[in-house]
Amino acid sequence: MRLNCTVNGEPRQADDVWAGESLLYVLRERLGLPGSKNACEQGECGSCTVYMDGTPVCACLVAAGQAEGRDVVTVEGLADGPVQQAFLAAGAVQCGFCTPGLVVAVHDLLARDSAPTDPEIREALAGNLCRCTGYEKILDAVRIAAAS
Amino acid sequence: MTTVETQVISGVGTSPKRPDGGLKVRGEFAFSSDLWADDMLWGATLRSPHPHARIRGIDITAAVALPGVYAVLTQEDVPGAKRYGLEIADQPVLAMDEVRYQGEPVAVVAADHPETARRAAARIAVDYEVLPAVTEASLGVLLRHVPVRAGDPAAKADVVVTGEYQVGMQDQAFLGPESGLAVPAEDGGIDLYVATQWLHVDQKQVAECLGLPADKVRLSLAGVGGAFGAREDLSMQVHASLLALHTGRPVKMVYGREESFFGHVHRHPAKMWYEHGATRDGKLVYVKAKIVLDGGAYASSSTAVAANAATLGIGPYEVPNVVMDASVYYTNNPPCGAMRGFGAVQACFAYESQMDKLALELGLDPVEVRLRNAMTTGSRMPTGQIVEGPAPVASLLTRVRSFPPPPSSSGDLREMPGGVSNTTHGEGVVRGIGYGIGIKNVAFSEGFDDYATARVRLEVIGGEPAVLVHTAAAEVGQGLVTVQAQIARTELGVERVTVATADTSVGSAAPPSPPRQTTRTGAAVGAARQAVRTELLARVGGARLDGGKVLSESGTVVADLAASIGDEPIEKTVEWRHRPTYPLDPVTGQGNAHVQYAFAAHRATVDVDLDLGLVRVVEIVTAQDVGKAVNPLAVEGQIHGGTAQGLGLALMEEIQIVDGVVRNPSFTDYLIPTILDMPPMKVDILEMADPHSPYGLRGVGEPPTISSTPAIVAAIRAATGKALTRVPVRPEHIVE
Ligand code: FES
Ligand code: FES
Repeated sequence: MRLNCTVNGEPRQADDVWAGESLLYVLRERLGLPGSKNACEQGECGSCTVYMDGTPVCACLVAAGQAEGRDVVTVEGLADGPVQQAFLAAGAVQCGFCTPGLVVAVHDLLARDSAPTDPEIREALAGNLCRCTGYEKILDAVRIAAAS
Repeated sequence: MTTVETQVISGVGTSPKRPDGGLKVRGEFAFSSDLWADDMLWGATLRSPHPHARIRGIDITAAVALPGVYAVLTQEDVPGAKRYGLEIADQPVLAMDEVRYQGEPVAVVAADHPETARRAAARIAVDYEVLPAVTEASLGVLLRHVPVRAGDPAAKADVVVTGEYQVGMQDQAFLGPESGLAVPAEDGGIDLYVATQWLHVDQKQVAECLGLPADKVRLSLAGVGGAFGAREDLSMQVHASLLALHTGRPVKMVYGREESFFGHVHRHPAKMWYEHGATRDGKLVYVKAKIVLDGGAYASSSTAVAANAATLGIGPYEVPNVVMDASVYYTNNPPCGAMRGFGAVQACFAYESQMDKLALELGLDPVEVRLRNAMTTGSRMPTGQIVEGPAPVASLLTRVRSFPPPPSSSGDLREMPGGVSNTTHGEGVVRGIGYGIGIKNVAFSEGFDDYATARVRLEVIGGEPAVLVHTAAAEVGQGLVTVQAQIARTELGVERVTVATADTSVGSAAPPSPPRQTTRTGAAVGAARQAVRTELLARVGGARLDGGKVLSESGTVVADLAASIGDEPIEKTVEWRHRPTYPLDPVTGQGNAHVQYAFAAHRATVDVDLDLGLVRVVEIVTAQDVGKAVNPLAVEGQIHGGTAQGLGLALMEEIQIVDGVVRNPSFTDYLIPTILDMPPMKVDILEMADPHSPYGLRGVGEPPTISSTPAIVAAIRAATGKALTRVPVRPEHIVE
């Protein structure tokens, strides 16, 4: 099938998409946007988090066809701003595989709530797994980003 | 491949931002699963559904017939060695006449779409004759037995405590799955871009299996999404190379999460029997222990894991009389090998549980009984080796104990056991505190020639002095690239430091695991840079370097650094070796088998819902001696991450195997800690320089994984009074 959607502000088209492909596969393998990561393919890890029509979703759980005509923003499409800088300043990046998904999730959290409490941060990021950091520095990053 | 270029602005002991960090936060860093080549094909692997079966035949006809399929290969297509392995070459590249564990690779396919490749693999007809599976270690074939004997084997004591303990099979669960890209080269060789911990060992094994000379198998490190030991063994390296050579096209292989559970080794499950004898005032007289490890179907690094379990298995304590037997067996369970903590984790759960039992028996505080037996510098290990470096065991324990206790529960549901499942508002919830301390060897042991090579080049680029650092060390997330640049900058005083991507064109970095890697490769970089510095100073007759100038002894400027280099760059390649280690005596286990020791202590505070058996960890305090914190932010991050993996083992992480079949190969069913499971972590870092290591470096990443597990379980015991002899602790163990 042919898929048309807006990605990072630009109209994009993908041809010969097999119906079983996920939005994540289309982004990574057909549109040259491998920033969103695939760590579980079943909605458990949040590594693939992207915005679809302004709402964060797990791109691995979105069938390619469901993205038809929608507005998708990936980590590559976010302005390099306080969230990304805070991840660096806090030491919240180790292997970095979880980072793109977390950057999108934190970007969304702070857009909704500019001064979240620690329990609110934990709740908001409960769907993003990180195996390297134990999350302590990720919490620091959110606090730093919120304060800037 | 890319070169990571950076202006590192600070030296050893500060926390510069990681040079790869900017790419990672923008989603631009190329992990091994992100690689792409024109015209590339996708590989897929057919794996055995049976833990043990004879293969009577394989029919690939239907798979080959599928449009879009370019190759279907079985063991007959492996041109070189049919088996490989880290210690013993016992693992088939593709199964031959028999499969020995569920998930063993049987055939590989290349196709133009990953789904086509998977469907083709599913069309391969394998005729299996299912055989009985050995799934209990004690019934398996012995792979290695490591005895350690010290003092009087018949020693008697006033107070005796015994216990039987079990540790389940833990998975490294790195986030970035096994993946890589194999590109056939014009010279008949292969260029392999892969996420690995050990480029040169991969290269040797891949070349042997492909039947190619080593120089025709060129490996480059692609971005690694975590490792924790799981990337020491081969996974898709040979398979992708075979497919690429066969089709003449680049082949990418990326495991999904389920396949990843079958694609790497796990932490050895263990059964352990311990007997501790002590005087009435709590001094240990003897320890007798038997540790049985399930090695699974192939050897991997099992023999070294067993040696660690045996030599470190009584913990950081002075014990005059020891009878220790650690054994590892082949079974038809998934193969086990390296995971963070490497053989020291399982035993620590047992000996620390025993120390708590002893404290209870004697009516002593659990920290007090540990302090009375704590080893120090000069203590003798049960192997006879004298601990020469810092051993601040008592200090680490008193440090974690002296932290103020965490505040009592705020009442916020999110901080209750059960969380927003709304299972309790505090009724039936009891708090407990527990302690744990562990010991870990750093670097390889038993005479393994463990070295790292670094090349450092000092040259003038655009009128500025610049340093290029080139090693084969794998950046797997621990911040090694930053550390290498920091070390290079520290003695050359050059702002511009470039760390080239690791590949096999320099000598071995030999370090599978992060802590060892920072130490060894850091030492090699330090030594290479020293050599560059010496030559430069000799060239212009200076005494030291500072701020881009060459200075004399008295501090006057002799020459400009850039001018002294001119158009004659200085390049030095240095191999750095740890001081040698020696094999263990096969009967007594005596011998200086280890290079260094490292220690960490934890205090855990938990809230337990006694009615439902749900646990919430409220706080974890860690004290650790890191030798020298080259990069404090990264050191804290390693300690946090290691502690979190120990929490996972204590409470939730287990690969569940029934009759040799894995029941939970997904992140839905194999749970790793989320941000809601992790408590605030306080870290107290000691820096006691190691006399045997440049910069006093000591491994950082492993010790915190070892003792957080027993500390958490001790805290649950304190809250519940339950014996809790198995990890992970399940709710039913608490309510039963
Ligand atoms: S890959 Fe989508 S949630 Fe894990
Ligand atoms: S930094 Fe490695 S998974 Fe989060």
